[in-house]
Amino acid sequence: MGKSRFLLCGWLLSVSLAQAAIDPALLKPLASEDSDTKIAAITALAQAAPAEALPVLKALADDSLAVAGERVVIVAGERVLDAANNTEISPAPAAREVIGINNRVRRELSAALAALRLFSTERAVRWQAAQEVTLSADAKMLPLLDRALAAEKDPEIRTRLQLAHAQASLGSTDAEVRLAAVKTLGESSDPKVRQLLLPLNEKRGDSWVEPDSAVRAAAGTSLRSIEQRLAWADSLGRAFTGLSLGSILLLAALGLAITYGVMGVINMAHGELLMVGAYSAWAMQSVFRAYLPGALDWYLLAAIPVGFLAAALVGVLMERLIIRHLYGRPLETLLATWGISLFLMQVARTVFGAQNVEVANPAWMAGGIELLPNLMLPWNRIIIVAFSIAVLVAMWAILNLSRLGMFVRAVTQNRPMAGCVGVPTGRIDTLAFGLGAGIAGLGGVALSQIANVGPDMGQGYIVDSFMVVVLGGVGQLAGAVWAALGLGVFTKFLEGWTGAVVAKIVVLVFIIIFIQKRPQGLFALKGRFVES
Amino acid sequence: MVRRNFMKTLSAVAVTAAFGLNSLSALAAETIKVGVLHSLSGTMAISETALKETVLMAIDEINSKGGVLGKKLEPVVVDPASNWPLFAEKARQLLSKDKVAVTFGCWTSVSRKSVLPVYKELNGLLFYPVQYEGEELEYNVFYTGAAPNQQAIPAVEYLMSKDGGEAKRFVLLGTDYVYPRTTNKILRAFLKSKGVADADIMEEYTPFGHSDYQTIIAKIKKFSSEGKKTAVISTINGDSNVPFYKELGNAGIKATDVPVVAFSVGEEELRGVDTKPLVGHLASWNYFMSLKNAENDKFTKLYRSWAVKQKLPNADKAVTNDPMEATYIGVYMWKQAVEKAKSTDVDKVIAAMAGQTFKAPSGFTIKMDEKNHHLHKPVFIGEIKADGQFNVVWKTPGPVKAAPWSPYIPGNDKKKDTPEGK
Repeated sequence: MGKSRFLLCGWLLSVSLAQAAIDPALLKPLASEDSDTKIAAITALAQAAPAEALPVLKALADDSLAVAGERVVIVAGERVLDAANNTEISPAPAAREVIGINNRVRRELSAALAALRLFSTERAVRWQAAQEVTLSADAKMLPLLDRALAAEKDPEIRTRLQLAHAQASLGSTDAEVRLAAVKTLGESSDPKVRQLLLPLNEKRGDSWVEPDSAVRAAAGTSLRSIEQRLAWADSLGRAFTGLSLGSILLLAALGLAITYGVMGVINMAHGELLMVGAYSAWAMQSVFRAYLPGALDWYLLAAIPVGFLAAALVGVLMERLIIRHLYGRPLETLLATWGISLFLMQVARTVFGAQNVEVANPAWMAGGIELLPNLMLPWNRIIIVAFSIAVLVAMWAILNLSRLGMFVRAVTQNRPMAGCVGVPTGRIDTLAFGLGAGIAGLGGVALSQIANVGPDMGQGYIVDSFMVVVLGGVGQLAGAVWAALGLGVFTKFLEGWTGAVVAKIVVLVFIIIFIQKRPQGLFALKGRFVES
Repeated sequence: MVRRNFMKTLSAVAVTAAFGLNSLSALAAETIKVGVLHSLSGTMAISETALKETVLMAIDEINSKGGVLGKKLEPVVVDPASNWPLFAEKARQLLSKDKVAVTFGCWTSVSRKSVLPVYKELNGLLFYPVQYEGEELEYNVFYTGAAPNQQAIPAVEYLMSKDGGEAKRFVLLGTDYVYPRTTNKILRAFLKSKGVADADIMEEYTPFGHSDYQTIIAKIKKFSSEGKKTAVISTINGDSNVPFYKELGNAGIKATDVPVVAFSVGEEELRGVDTKPLVGHLASWNYFMSLKNAENDKFTKLYRSWAVKQKLPNADKAVTNDPMEATYIGVYMWKQAVEKAKSTDVDKVIAAMAGQTFKAPSGFTIKMDEKNHHLHKPVFIGEIKADGQFNVVWKTPGPVKAAPWSPYIPGNDKKKDTPEGK
């Protein structure tokens, strides 16, 4: 590992005239079975022909370097290039074997690539290279880092390189240099730096690992400041995971907050309405794959209205055909909707198969933003949090600002009176149920991005959804919001402490006790209500 | 009576139609019934559906070459729906109602434990095709998957080696049931024998079907930053693997920093995942689809064309994996044993199974141990590639004998290497 970098520094200090081609003898050992030989070959190649080595090493990292007979070739789609001189070979050799690498070689390779890229003319490339170099900086890299620091103008990259430099100087024989390095490292908030500083304050046998007491003291101070920052980022991360789980619970439960919370229908098929939404996302993905492959990444946007309409349609049918005949008979409603739930699951099994279907995250939802080295917020979670807020706002607006919302509120508060003043109560019931079902469909579209989509997926959410609505207080949107967030954060903090299995049990026990003590939930409706 | 016979014929016709057996004339001849007991719905369907297909494919292949002892094989497929007590019910139905000669089935150890009493009571014959935790040796069962010394132990040894990254700290992560718990017990004892302290081992479990891995990933990140090189050993089973690997990719845990080695994740489970962020994470098996040899070429081609013929979803991207290979070996070894015994009688077939060999898609001639009902299998460790296949980075020179009683569990040294029974 060290050797490769040492040699790399060698060539960087004395960059010679660029060579036109690579000696094939240098390329051949890249195909060796043995990791040590491969690593030596990478080093030798980077040293002998730095400019030409870059595409070859990149191809090796991307699994597109292959052996064809005696030649080492780069496979670029349909074309095959000779790795030695970067010219196309035609006809492309059919018999070729891709050179595989393992994690150890991959680590060496990315270090070698990062070192080569530190001198790129593009800022973004240098920035990334500086980050990669920091991961594995040691004493042998010092000359390279010195050179890079001298050439670097960008302040952000310089800070990175200085950290890498300090990291590399930790092994210096000069106590002063070590002291300075330890102090600089105190600025870092990378958990890996903590890993480097920890051993300094350890004793090995009778002697300290770090002989100088001043350096030890400085290391202690640096460690404490790093740990503080890490702990802060840790709690922040945990709060975010709680918020994310809360937003998912909220999306799953919002539809139920209308159908059960506002209309009073115990809808056991609510989970299956989520499933309808999730399958709509899958259907849109298939449609885009077949007819609009260029815009595949945007299938999810199309899935939002489709998921809403599909679930709303199922909801309206349910209401018109079955539930409306059972208003005021909660036990029969419960049984009937449970039957509908089984029926819908079986329909999904028959139509789409019993196995889970694959719903891929679009590219813009993959990965995440790295706020701090130990705090990464995945995009899919962030987008789902934002989406749940948007759905919540839309639903609030419909219920409080629109005519339909006013009618819904009127009907749920006093059905006979609303009927007397000319509100078509029957139609309003259907529309309200359809709205609740549609919102469940939206929840399903969101769930398809993080959970498995299959016929039984709804079963996993029905209990959670009822938990949120009951805990929040029946008939209250605000209650559902607080309950979902509270449950999310509570579960996540518990999970961090007790593990997922125990956390699930504790949450259920907590809810049972809570409902016994406070049956009306967190928020009770105030005012006069006429029971129908 | 007439009605019953009519129903029987009807169901036989349905089976024939469904599985594409050749012609009605097959009905006239006597058939040998073969039970297929794999979950086709629920959390384990992601893994087990392909095994059902493999059994049907092998049966179809055998029938097209004339069947066994001059009789055609007739599959009886049931769906225990990832529901453990239902496994026992369906097993009883297969043995006492359908009178199957042999059953190929189960994936999770909890399902195997659930059907065991039934097979013992009714003296049935079960072929179990998945790697498992050992600690079991039953007269009525043949284990064609790996025992811990054929999968788990070599994988951990690799992680501790120079090429594997010299890991010093370990996260043992699993689904909460008997297989992960027992495997982790063995691994903990093994790691201790290698000088790994208890403080350097973190054990975590999640329920079946768990889909929110944020906390666990955060814990792994934290644990790995507390000094020393860390590796994760995952015994997560079923469709939980999809959200786990998605979260792992999104959280940016790279295999070069914290490698994750999985014992229940193969090509089939990775089909639903974007594998580009997962390059370099590992799996340990006795077979990979990417192995290059004539037997494997034949096997993968056979399955591909089967998938297309059966119109399986995503048939153009159909993959093979280790438990499928183990299933295939199992069906053929049973056929050879029946031919050797000249009977489908369970006791005679069990006796004839000892020492059977088969040229397996792993490229080796695999042998059924003369005594312990387990196969001698080669071990491969593969790294995930960007296309969802595995790049083999380590392998044993040849097949390894299974040790179902792991020496790392106290008291096992006194256990016999032959099953109790007749």
